[in-house]
Amino acid sequence: MWWVLLPPPGAGVRGANLPTAASGSEAVAVSCSSSSRLRTDGETCAALHGANFILLAPFWATLLVVIPSPAQLLAESLNNPHKEDYHERCVQCSEVNWGLTDGGRFYCRTCHNVTERTREVVNSALTLNTRIQTISKGLRKQEKNDEGLEWYVCEGFQFVLRKQAEALEALGVCPQMKDEILCNFWRRYLQKSQQAYCNRPAGESIKVLSGCESSTDMDSEPERPSLLHLLSLSESDGDPLTDCSLGSSTGKVSESTSVCSGSVDGSLHFMKNQKDKLRMSMPMTLSFCYMALLWLRESMTLSDLLRFVVEGHIPYLNVFQCFPEKMKLYGLDLKIFCVESWPVYEEVYNKMLHLAAFLELPRFPDITDSCFLHPDMLCMKYLMEANLPDELHNWTCRVVKKIHIGEVDFLTFVPGNKSTRKVKYDVLAAAVIVVVLKLLFLLDDNYEWLLSDFAEERNKNNKEDGPYFEFKKWYKVLKKSLDVEQKKMDEEKAKCLWRCEKPLFYSAKKKSKVLKRRQIVVNLQHQFGKLSGSWQPAEKPNPSSFQLNWSEDNTDGSCFHGHSLKGILQEKCGLLTVMNPDYWLCTVKLCAEKFCGHLAHYRDLDFPASYHFVLRLFSFLLRIQPSYIHEEVCAIEHKLFNKKLYKKPKYKPGQRK
Amino acid sequence: SHKHKLDFWKSKDMCLNYIQDAMLQKQWKRAAEFLTFYIESLEKDFSTEYMGPSEMIWRIGTEILCHCSHSNMKEFNSFIEQMKTLGVKRYLKVCLEHAFHLLCNGRTDEAYQSLSLAESWRFGEQTTAQDKELKLIQAYRGLLDYYNWSKQKQVLLEYDKNGFEDLSVEQEMHNSFRKAAVSLKEIIQIPGVWDFFVQCYVDMLEFYGDHEEARQVLSEYAYNSKFPANPNAHVYLYQFLKRHGEPKKSLISVLKILHDIVPCHELMIDFHAMLQKSKKRKKRRLGLEVIFAALDYAGWKENVKAWSCLAGQVKQITISEKHLEWLKQEWNSRKDWWPAFHFSRYLAKRNWQENESLAYEKALVAGILLGKDCKYFKYVSHQGCKDQKKKFRTLKKFMNKHSSVYLRISG
Repeated sequence: MWWVLLPPPGAGVRGANLPTAASGSEAVAVSCSSSSRLRTDGETCAALHGANFILLAPFWATLLVVIPSPAQLLAESLNNPHKEDYHERCVQCSEVNWGLTDGGRFYCRTCHNVTERTREVVNSALTLNTRIQTISKGLRKQEKNDEGLEWYVCEGFQFVLRKQAEALEALGVCPQMKDEILCNFWRRYLQKSQQAYCNRPAGESIKVLSGCESSTDMDSEPERPSLLHLLSLSESDGDPLTDCSLGSSTGKVSESTSVCSGSVDGSLHFMKNQKDKLRMSMPMTLSFCYMALLWLRESMTLSDLLRFVVEGHIPYLNVFQCFPEKMKLYGLDLKIFCVESWPVYEEVYNKMLHLAAFLELPRFPDITDSCFLHPDMLCMKYLMEANLPDELHNWTCRVVKKIHIGEVDFLTFVPGNKSTRKVKYDVLAAAVIVVVLKLLFLLDDNYEWLLSDFAEERNKNNKEDGPYFEFKKWYKVLKKSLDVEQKKMDEEKAKCLWRCEKPLFYSAKKKSKVLKRRQIVVNLQHQFGKLSGSWQPAEKPNPSSFQLNWSEDNTDGSCFHGHSLKGILQEKCGLLTVMNPDYWLCTVKLCAEKFCGHLAHYRDLDFPASYHFVLRLFSFLLRIQPSYIHEEVCAIEHKLFNKKLYKKPKYKPGQRK
Repeated sequence: SHKHKLDFWKSKDMCLNYIQDAMLQKQWKRAAEFLTFYIESLEKDFSTEYMGPSEMIWRIGTEILCHCSHSNMKEFNSFIEQMKTLGVKRYLKVCLEHAFHLLCNGRTDEAYQSLSLAESWRFGEQTTAQDKELKLIQAYRGLLDYYNWSKQKQVLLEYDKNGFEDLSVEQEMHNSFRKAAVSLKEIIQIPGVWDFFVQCYVDMLEFYGDHEEARQVLSEYAYNSKFPANPNAHVYLYQFLKRHGEPKKSLISVLKILHDIVPCHELMIDFHAMLQKSKKRKKRRLGLEVIFAALDYAGWKENVKAWSCLAGQVKQITISEKHLEWLKQEWNSRKDWWPAFHFSRYLAKRNWQENESLAYEKALVAGILLGKDCKYFKYVSHQGCKDQKKKFRTLKKFMNKHSSVYLRISG
């Protein structure tokens, strides 16, 4: 079950506790901030608590999130209003310190023993949280015809997140991710964006009713009471409402809004004043996922995540297909949930940064050198994938150490801290490798070939020791397989089917037209599919962290992992150094990131072909623009040569702008 | 703007590129495969653009179905029916092309039916918007009526030979004529190139003896300035006039226009012959111009008839020594490129080997225009004399006698 509001024994009283990795950091508890405010009203809390577990059980299984009141959330995270209800001693530890699980059972806060006893509902208080009650009793207004159930946009996103989390779990991510990390991030988001777990849910003003964007002042239309309006009143003022009045006003709401969306608050979603609240979007779901992965320090980079999305291992495109039957999508909902572009690295990444700051998350768990995301680890992975000699790893480690980018404080993500540059782990590692290649081979379209000729000559004459690394041979092998893979990828892109079985229409009026079109499309697809003989979308590849595979077992000598760098190194004072004394900088001056958003700019023609090729290789592996890697290369170079740059710039002869 | 294009459309554009490549390489299966993935863009085709996805699918799909060997007529028809429902805006265009496809497969009756059906299509404003297409559809239906008419005519002629009579076939034939005449007459009034329609219409008119109408139709087709310049229009008119024994003068005036539009038209030989026979100097002068102009074109390079025409007239001028200035004028603009174009040593060798009479005519012209020392004449006359051919000896003698002409022309 997902979204366990009250974690089972073990999670402690803090309620929405963040992951174990954050052990000790108390700041993360989702509802702490507001707890002190509402705690005073002990009676309400107790009562709300009663309301709370009614709704939980049936709803997670079906669809809903539900939007509980802040008090609810608090109720569980608050200490123990239940002591009075259940006074017996715990059979295991003899303490009287009971908490409630989400299933309504009492458990011992001291020893985490769960009893068979369940709590009875306190009826009198139910009316306080009417919305939840409606939901829990199945009173959600259901339309007469096939218009489906009332639902909220955030419920849709919750659904998407759950599907994504499940997919990630299936890919081997630790199960904590779904039920603890992502769940808590999401709840915190709902609270911070005032969609739930708060006093007065956001946007639930009259705008829902009027369905237009003009009115921004909640009090300007006081004579039109809405369900949500009343609801928020009821929550804050404790004004009791009867079920009956609720039902009728719900009808009004959906009538007036159903024109523009299937969801209740679809039109609200796009309102301008929602900007400051970090509007949820499909790419944002991936930001959530990535944030959770990062928190758990899972061995999946953002580029991996996005690749899995494109390959279809993580639901994204047409994910609304698995929405429950009763959740109808039309109108503005299509704009929200229908995806017509693949997620873009930068966008997902930047949204993640914003999100983390918005949620006021604490420092993330440390990225140490045993983590997958540590540059030394990632470099090893990318070296293997790029079919480069293992020996290069010493060099990447040296660079990493030299410019201190392997240090915990550099690598660990601290949300909201604007003074530090945020790390894109995958891009960083790729850039380190590029810098090392430049250090060793110069990559000026001349020196690398020269070295390669030497190595070739030596390999011809000496077949006994392991082979020296030949850049030319490596280039040929990689170029060939890169071209093949690129072609394959392009064709697969062209063969992507974007539309799903579930027909989508903007409004009921268009339904018949849309269905007719859909039928024609299916017919034609069938007809030409038969002609082509192989009408099946390409089978999705098995998920793998590696896109290129090179094995030592291959006898064709296309694997360079074991090749040695001897030809290009020399020993100096017991240390191996590079024979090549030169280095060219990609750029002499870095841009101010603040102004143009980038540290450096990549213009195709200005650089040697070998450099382009290496960038292209990593841009293929990470599925990002070469310019991103280039930018990171420039940043690393500047750290690496900082001193020399400012002392004697003529040391680098091949400087280019 | 490409940057902001949705990946959906980027991927569909890629699909189109793959389809195009495959079609260019005649990989119909592969094209069909990518088309299957392109088809879903129909669902997002709200464009009013001329070349929207639905138009693409119609065109590409038609092409693929025509070329895939195992696709049959039934499949094709079902495809077209879907295309018709997809785009009201090009309904008639689809109908017309469907009819073409049927005709190409020898299904004349079906094509006729389909055209008749399309003719009666009414769809509010769309019908008027597609007025041009409708006219075309009527015209092609008329063409099929003509086809029926000529079949029935054949039957009747057959009967006639055997002394039979069949009133019903005759009735039918006249019926076809009326239907064909109305729509053909209508289409050929619209400025355009209607060669085939005009010919059919004229054929029927001639059969029924309405020469005046036929002549008017052809003149209109040839001379109406609203119509695009069309050599065939003049050819048809010329042939018609010739058939009906019209005087030389009118024939010449028709061919004069043809000469202006297409100096290398094959009728230029006839034209030259006609002019040559004329007693008027001016016309003979024009004849020389016509034949010279025709030989400016590579297609005539090895045309013996044309060369003998030129040789004849040049020889005549040389012997009479009258109008040498004509020769001079014509030669002036050609003397710097004809020698390499017509009279190289290589060509002399080749012409001699392949076509002796061509070499003879050309040698005569070359000898007069370039003098007896020119490569072409020297080679050919040398070869001819070596083979003891009388014709070439006379040629050599002739050239010796008139060697001064060369000097007067080139001087």
